[in-house]
Amino acid sequence: MTSKKTNSVSILEQLSQVIITQIQHVTSFSGLFYRTLKLVLAGIFRPGRTFNILHLTQQMYHMGIGSLPIVMLTSLFLGMTLAMLALYALSDFGTEIWVAGLVGVGFTRELGPLITAIVVAGRVGASISAELGTMQVSEEVDALETMGINPIRYLILPRFLALVIMLPCLTIVSDYLGIAGGFLIAKLKLGMSFYYYEELTLEFVKTKDIVTGLIKSVSFAMIISMIGCYQGVIVSGGAEGVGQGTTRAVVNSLIFVIAADCIFTALFSYVFV
Amino acid sequence: MIRIENLIKNFGTRRILDSVTLEVKKGETMVIMGGSGCGKSTLLRHMIGLIRPDSGHIYIKDKDITGMSEHDLNEVRKSYGMLFQNGALLNSLTVGQNVALPLKEHTKLGSEIINIIVKMKLELVGLTGFENLLPSEISGGMKKRVGLARAIAMDPEMVFYDEPGAGLDPITAASIDQLIMDLSNKLGITSIVVTHEMKSAFRIADRMAVLYNGKVVAVGTPDEIRESDHPYVSQFINGLTDGPVPLRRSKDEYLKSLTSGD
Repeated sequence: MTSKKTNSVSILEQLSQVIITQIQHVTSFSGLFYRTLKLVLAGIFRPGRTFNILHLTQQMYHMGIGSLPIVMLTSLFLGMTLAMLALYALSDFGTEIWVAGLVGVGFTRELGPLITAIVVAGRVGASISAELGTMQVSEEVDALETMGINPIRYLILPRFLALVIMLPCLTIVSDYLGIAGGFLIAKLKLGMSFYYYEELTLEFVKTKDIVTGLIKSVSFAMIISMIGCYQGVIVSGGAEGVGQGTTRAVVNSLIFVIAADCIFTALFSYVFV
Repeated sequence: MIRIENLIKNFGTRRILDSVTLEVKKGETMVIMGGSGCGKSTLLRHMIGLIRPDSGHIYIKDKDITGMSEHDLNEVRKSYGMLFQNGALLNSLTVGQNVALPLKEHTKLGSEIINIIVKMKLELVGLTGFENLLPSEISGGMKKRVGLARAIAMDPEMVFYDEPGAGLDPITAASIDQLIMDLSNKLGITSIVVTHEMKSAFRIADRMAVLYNGKVVAVGTPDEIRESDHPYVSQFINGLTDGPVPLRRSKDEYLKSLTSGD
């Protein structure tokens, strides 16, 4: 009886400990995000002292061009899959030509931003957190601070900006490749010509759909880069800590990207229609 | 130059620094000694503003850095350099870029002038011609030298050293010691060295402080420390297994831990 009681108390204690740790994470993450955004704003007024153009372009190259092949490949496959699924469902109603619209709208509004963010979260999110985590462990971040160089400005800002610029660009590429995948299936199964497919796609896809997708991808970029950076700078405890931080960065990015996607879709479907 | 007053720091319930009071004079080499976990690295991190104390004050050039804003602290930081235990070079930059980093960030000097300064600083630590190598391509001792070159790139008034000889062979360690002495003799730099290596400590120190359980138990010239009758100090500098620090840390609890049910 008594042992049961102490057990439940310790579970309650553990639970409260977990909640406290999570709240601490949320507050320090928000703090980091706030300071990063403040630097972005400050940078607009004196770009020369804030932005390191060389670092920014390096990161943009690494994140953008580096991710291009896998984004293109996954988008093409996903576009083909979506088209096959659409054909299967639409064939019951004899409205197979809607496949162009379904793939077009589906990709620009939803799947393009999402698949790009997922691929980039795995590739870039992990590399950001591993890189910053290693720097934290080997005292490089401390060294920057001791030299009077703000680590947020020097390390986080270029990564944040690079991803916010590059992820929408990758999303546009993904939109194109997804629609191309849809066209491949339409060509093979329905014998549709390129011009007809293009016409149908342009008829269904509105500018609003594309803009909606790009707004999403900007917010995904913020989520992925900030979570990657945060999990990197809080690393402690050597190589093991770096590994754990990297795992957490990827897992958390995926969860928050998908959750944010759901919220955005709800907003764009029912609130800002 | 540096004045530390009643510095207290707790990590959780453990008291790491227990009212530490210490003064470092201009131009001298102060060596802070102590066993592992005595708080000497924590003390150093307080001095460079990476950790804020729970109470107490640190004055650097008569300015209290404990309550300072990050912006003001960065101004103070330009007046000192720091050599980290493993150099802490940025691995993505070459040796030359590492040394040039503080100059690029804090001055408006042109790149030709920065290149000349980088060459001079590398020459000072005996690494002429290594500018274009990456930190992964040089040895641990060389990394420390580059770290030292970077620490003195801005011509600081003081330099902090965290375990400068740790993990180096005796010859390389001695050459780092020689560099530290050269810097203070030739350039008049105030040096604060944290170490537990007796030989190098007595070689370079003008004055020494011994830290034990978060307290400064002895301060003085190397000769005064050598003749100190504080039991811990004599145990520490002679490297004895018996003294205030027992061989086993928990004699009493051992029996308890064996017999108790948990």
